Amino acid sequence: MDFNDTPAEAAYRAQVRAWIEEAASDYAEPSGTPFALDDFVARCKAWQLRKFEAGYVGITWPKAIGGQGLTPMHQIIFNQEESRSYAPTGLYSIGLGMCIPTVFTHGAPEIAARYVPKALSGEEVWCQLFSEPVAGSDLAGIRTRAVRDGDEWVIDGQKVWTSFAHRSDFGIVVTRTDFDAPKHKGLSMFIVDMRAPGVEVRPIRQMSGGSDFNEVFFTGVRVADSHRLGEVGEGWKVSLTTLMHERLAVGGKPRHAPGYQALMELAKRVETDSGPAIERADVRQRIADTYIADEGISLTQMRALSALSRGQVPGPEQSISKVVVAKTMQEMTAFAMELAEASGFTVEPGSDLDKLQSSYMWSAGLRIAGGTDEILRNIIAERVLGLPGDLRPDKDTPFSQLKPL
Amino acid sequence: MNFDLSDDAKTLKDAARKFLDARAGPQAARRVMDAGLAQDAQLWAEIVEQGWPAARVPEAHGGLGLGADEACVLAEEIGRSLAPVPLMSTLAAIEAILIAGSAAQQAEWLPKLAAGEAIGCIAWAEGARSPLQQPAAVLEGGKVSGEKSPVIDGLAATLAIVTVAGPDGPAMALVPLEGVSRAGQETLDLVRPSAKLQFESAPGEALGTAADWVKLTERLAVLSAWEALGTADAARDMTVAYAKERVAFGQRIGRYQGVKHKLADMYVKAELARAHALHGCWAWEADAPELAQAAAAARVASLDALKLTAEEAVQLHGGIGFTWEQDCQFYYRRNRLLAASIGSRAHWAERLVRALERRNRTAA
Ligand SMILES: Cc1cc2nc3c(=O)[nH]c(=O)nc-3n(C[C@H](O)[C@H](O)[C@H](O)COP(=O)(O)OP(=O)(O)OC[C@H]3O[C@@H](n4cnc5c(N)ncnc54)[C@H](O)[C@@H]3O)c2cc1C
Repeated sequence: MDFNDTPAEAAYRAQVRAWIEEAASDYAEPSGTPFALDDFVARCKAWQLRKFEAGYVGITWPKAIGGQGLTPMHQIIFNQEESRSYAPTGLYSIGLGMCIPTVFTHGAPEIAARYVPKALSGEEVWCQLFSEPVAGSDLAGIRTRAVRDGDEWVIDGQKVWTSFAHRSDFGIVVTRTDFDAPKHKGLSMFIVDMRAPGVEVRPIRQMSGGSDFNEVFFTGVRVADSHRLGEVGEGWKVSLTTLMHERLAVGGKPRHAPGYQALMELAKRVETDSGPAIERADVRQRIADTYIADEGISLTQMRALSALSRGQVPGPEQSISKVVVAKTMQEMTAFAMELAEASGFTVEPGSDLDKLQSSYMWSAGLRIAGGTDEILRNIIAERVLGLPGDLRPDKDTPFSQLKPL
Repeated sequence: MNFDLSDDAKTLKDAARKFLDARAGPQAARRVMDAGLAQDAQLWAEIVEQGWPAARVPEAHGGLGLGADEACVLAEEIGRSLAPVPLMSTLAAIEAILIAGSAAQQAEWLPKLAAGEAIGCIAWAEGARSPLQQPAAVLEGGKVSGEKSPVIDGLAATLAIVTVAGPDGPAMALVPLEGVSRAGQETLDLVRPSAKLQFESAPGEALGTAADWVKLTERLAVLSAWEALGTADAARDMTVAYAKERVAFGQRIGRYQGVKHKLADMYVKAELARAHALHGCWAWEADAPELAQAAAAARVASLDALKLTAEEAVQLHGGIGFTWEQDCQFYYRRNRLLAASIGSRAHWAERLVRALERRNRTAA
């Protein structure tokens, strides 16, 4: 066992590190207070363009579509090095992490040629239009309708929780094209222009205060048939490509989110009734628990990397990541706030607790986004342990004949 | 990056699994329990034949000279199969002598332990004391006096590594057990018996320093983590199989989320622990400074995984799970033995945080 790079990996890492140290030197550690959305977008765009010009985008994607044609190991090395800096990336995790792989896996070559380069350079931002008011976990229950009209399709319906829809140029949208087929069989996926007539985006305020996600209304929106991804009726299969990439993209602890070290730092400074917090047995047990979760997930990722580095597929243990990370974030940050007694819940921008508080607020969303804790437990139980699936009484009935409960 | 067991270790693991599937498992455990034996002597002879006690002994002393990876996979498979043999205690004694033994001590004892002519045990426990608390037992003028209990595998062993009071914390002594009075000490684990050892001026030799004992406990924490993982996996596999069979309210119980989410949680905790156990194995093999933190994390995480799994295994079996005849009791009971074997969860969680504090100070 060793934690060392192969000589080729080490060479790539050295090259990437040198470049990032130079290129990302002007990004400082942000405070707990998030940037205003416009600033955030501008910062992300500028950094993406720099990466594009230097050849550090689409690392694993085929060269033919503008990628670098390298291995997942290269991608991970790049991510590791990038995360040592505070360069901003969040705007593109959905588009480049999930949407564009779906576009070039299932779209025609001309479509890929049109959209991939501008996504890579960061000029065009993408969003994922999957969830609806009636269906999130049970994605195949969506109702947004697409009806064929010659060479075009006409879309009507509503999406919700669409992250960055208000800053996106395009989206991939899953629609129902056959209401008489069972729910998984009547879906089709399209690329939609977020500025097309009939698309209306309304930001929704999250409980954490900001507005990163939106509701999106479609009223008679026209999409060319050339912008269909996959066959008509195969939208479920296509969406699985997106969801598979989603699990990879939202797995680990969010970059720079506070972990056990933050708790240790805080505990060193806080005086409690029974002496410095760091000396309290319950605090020490909590530090141990948090270390085991945080570091355990990093080490689990190392296991996956070892497999990738040998050209193998990582084992199923990767599936534990988000359930552990999100809940640990919530538990640790709540505990840390309580440690500071009443000051734990007073908001003072730039204070010690600022980051812990925003992490606590965000953790609640992380337990839902990209598959809820419950759905992820189902997936582990059913796909990894082989237990029987939940009862799905509506699975084989034509969608149009399903009775509302 | 190669954060994985060596290929040799994987091969050994497969061979051990196959052998123990055929020869050990809950049924063999039950035979030993019912007969009240100190061990399954026939199985032990076969295991010696396989060369497992020789794994870590250098070739110069008649062993195989294998690495930490191999010791860890053996621990995992012993844990899975519940094999009623003193292998873990013997591997532990060998580790003590490897870390702390003089050339003469190594030459005398390693060949015997490798060949199964001697059986080891670690006699550290004195009631409620922790492994790093000063023991009451003493070594004076080549004689050890004191009482140790419970000593796991203490009935089968012929050689004990005994902790004695030292100038800077517990130190070790090497004590052959001929002539030492011992009696069975009843514990919750009915398959791997423990003993009370009464040392009354028993001839013994000093073995290394207090720091060596600390290092030994770290390696044993890693070994016990692998053993606990094996035991937890066996209990989970058995329960998953049952959940796919058992019917209630017209469904396999495994279809109910109250059931399947518990099983998913067992998996999550086990895989988290496995990552730390691998880290511990790496740090041991590399003799890295991270061993203190990696070993402690492996121990705590594996005990968490095993406790949850052993308890919920009974729960998910329902009434049958609570019977003497069903095998859940073996895992439930072993969970208590492993939780006590080399310091409690709380003890190791504290050691983990101390190790992190030390590391942070060094980094600063
Ligand atoms: C911050 C954030 C960003 C998001 N961004 C996007 C985006 O960009 N694009 C997009 O399409 N979507 C996005 N989502 C939506 C997200 O994918 C859904 O919220 C999520 O899948 C849950 O669906 P739901 O909200 O409809 O909840 P529901 O599915 O109604 O779930 C409600 C509760 O019921 C539980 N539940 C549901 N089914 C089961 C079951 N079978 N077994 C047990 N429990 C069950 C859930 O776990 C949950 O606790 C985002 C969500 C958040 C919070």
